[in-house]
Amino acid sequence: MKAFTQLNGLVCPLDRANVDTDAIIPKQFLKSIKRSGFGPYLFDEWRYTNYGEPGMDCSTRPLNKDFVLNQPRYQCAQVLLACDNFGCGSSREHAPWAIEDQGFRVIIAPSFADIFFNNCFKNGILPIVADVAVVDRLFEECQANEGYKLNVDLPSQTVTLPSGDSFKFEITPTRKHNLLNGLDEIGLTLQHADEIKAFEQKHKAAQPWLFAQ
Amino acid sequence: MAGKTLYDKLWESHVVREESDGTCLLYIDRHLVHEVTSPQAFEGMRLAGRKPWRSTSIVANPDHNTPTKDWDKGIEDPISRLQVETLDNNIKEFGALVYFPFKDSHQGIIHVIGPENGTTLPGMTVVCGDSHTSTHGAFGALAHGIGTSEVEHVMATQTLVAKKSKRMLVKVDGKLGKGVTAKDVALAIIGRIGTAGGTGYAIEFGGEVIRGFSMEGRMTLCNMAIEAGARAGIVAPDEKTIAYLKGRQHAPKGENWDKAVAYWNTLKSDADAQFDAVIEMRGEEIEPQVTWGTSPEQVLPIGARVPNPAKEADATKRTSIENALKYMGLQADTPIEQIQIDKVFIGSCTNSRIEDLRAAASVAKGKKVAGNVKLAMVVPGSGVVKRQAEEEGLDKIFIAAGFEWREPGCSMCLAMNSDRLSPGERCASTSNRNFEGRQGPGGRTHLVSPEMAAAAAIAGHFVDVRQVQ
Repeated sequence: MKAFTQLNGLVCPLDRANVDTDAIIPKQFLKSIKRSGFGPYLFDEWRYTNYGEPGMDCSTRPLNKDFVLNQPRYQCAQVLLACDNFGCGSSREHAPWAIEDQGFRVIIAPSFADIFFNNCFKNGILPIVADVAVVDRLFEECQANEGYKLNVDLPSQTVTLPSGDSFKFEITPTRKHNLLNGLDEIGLTLQHADEIKAFEQKHKAAQPWLFAQ
Repeated sequence: MAGKTLYDKLWESHVVREESDGTCLLYIDRHLVHEVTSPQAFEGMRLAGRKPWRSTSIVANPDHNTPTKDWDKGIEDPISRLQVETLDNNIKEFGALVYFPFKDSHQGIIHVIGPENGTTLPGMTVVCGDSHTSTHGAFGALAHGIGTSEVEHVMATQTLVAKKSKRMLVKVDGKLGKGVTAKDVALAIIGRIGTAGGTGYAIEFGGEVIRGFSMEGRMTLCNMAIEAGARAGIVAPDEKTIAYLKGRQHAPKGENWDKAVAYWNTLKSDADAQFDAVIEMRGEEIEPQVTWGTSPEQVLPIGARVPNPAKEADATKRTSIENALKYMGLQADTPIEQIQIDKVFIGSCTNSRIEDLRAAASVAKGKKVAGNVKLAMVVPGSGVVKRQAEEEGLDKIFIAAGFEWREPGCSMCLAMNSDRLSPGERCASTSNRNFEGRQGPGGRTHLVSPEMAAAAAIAGHFVDVRQVQ
């Protein structure tokens, strides 16, 4: 997994509540057996005016010029500013894969759906929960100022606005440590293999039917 | 000290270790696998040279991409076919307790086949790279969806890195009226608490109405917990759970059965257990539900009218209503009963079990699908459900009424195969999500119960099933 420490990134505002993972990456792209290449299909139905199919060359597809991701001022954005309940719906990890492949490393929203929130950390994306008032202010400032950037610092858990104002965000120590160091979670867990085996033996003795072959 | 909730008990009985910040390693008993969210996990295992920790925990089956007709032609879409064949090859290489390949007589939707063959049991932890894994909570299991990185983590370590959720009790007491189903209860709950109402919680469903549900009804309800934002929905096991499981292929046998039943009987929230949130509803107050918008929380009783955004004070909600009405092609204040439909889909992990098909057939019996309905399809949840329905003659009732009787699979719930809506088409669907484009680009989905879907198919528009039965 990619490590995340600090970022000074352009912000792209997506002013819509309850953005679901079907909207983030539509189902036809889930047929891929690969983990990469989903970026061009991010928000496919909002981003293009024709129907997207896997393998399409997106550079020649007709764009929906009104969609925020297509506006020149938000090209190369790395911070996605979103609304309540971002990432609701399906558990598809293709959603964070597409977001990361497009170049986003941070998502700021008042709330996230649980599975999506969790999936972000597995892919080097930092999802930040911020107060509604803060998010509202970020939307206003971002829309009013072209080239609006935020400085996101994971070690100090701080987001700093261009004005110099800043706010703190929460993250569990385990997630912070893993993200800062880009750690392979499976490798870490396997360091506890003996404990897992011991638990498994005890569990099997108590409920042998769970281990039927 | 306050007693424990069922969720506390399920959680605590699976904690392998706990970090100081509450992050736990949770032991996983059952791992369900389908073709869409697993290829990258298997590939990760292969690249790291890892072997599955316990391949006999795996129950696998392709379901999302498989066609529901012309099985003799195989899977025509080469990308879908590759994904299904990739699962075949991965299971061959890594192993599984149960694998039903495409066209196997037991193949079906993964959330239908687990309970059906007794691989879902009370007291288990169950995960799958699929958000509707919450379905299995109907058995008093702790069951929820995970991402593909976690699929790989579970394969390699038999554990999940997780933090405990908050606990919510949704209690539905009283009695449901005729024609009101578990689907209506699920939609009414989502209408009440919203699609983010359960975020951060595991929901236990309790009360007389839930106790009165069959296992099928409980599965429908728990299936929709995720649409309320809760990863897991749980119903405490009882005599219905035990009767359902007895004799199933992978359910415990002999002495183990007795021991298992004794343990399962302890799986309930203590009388003095504390929940972080409690929602109480009355069964009598729940009517047949129809969603009108593009989120499951945009739902109303059948007798209502489509909302008018001008009457909404909250600006965000007003915009959401406006967006939804525009996408759905609906005028504010239209009576829901006047909404005409183009297609009907009866199926999905929410509503494709035998009881759902019986209920829909009872409405369709002796009637004809309306002329304006271009396609009404019934997609059984599994090969087993299909055969049972055929033994009961349900297929003949549907076919005589003008429905298509299809092969099992996820089908038009998410339209990864060729079953989909065309732009602008409107569908009465027994599935779980009415998101934009969910059933096909530009398609318009209205979520309803199987009875309501069948009634809409006959009338050509939504009707109150209580008035046609």
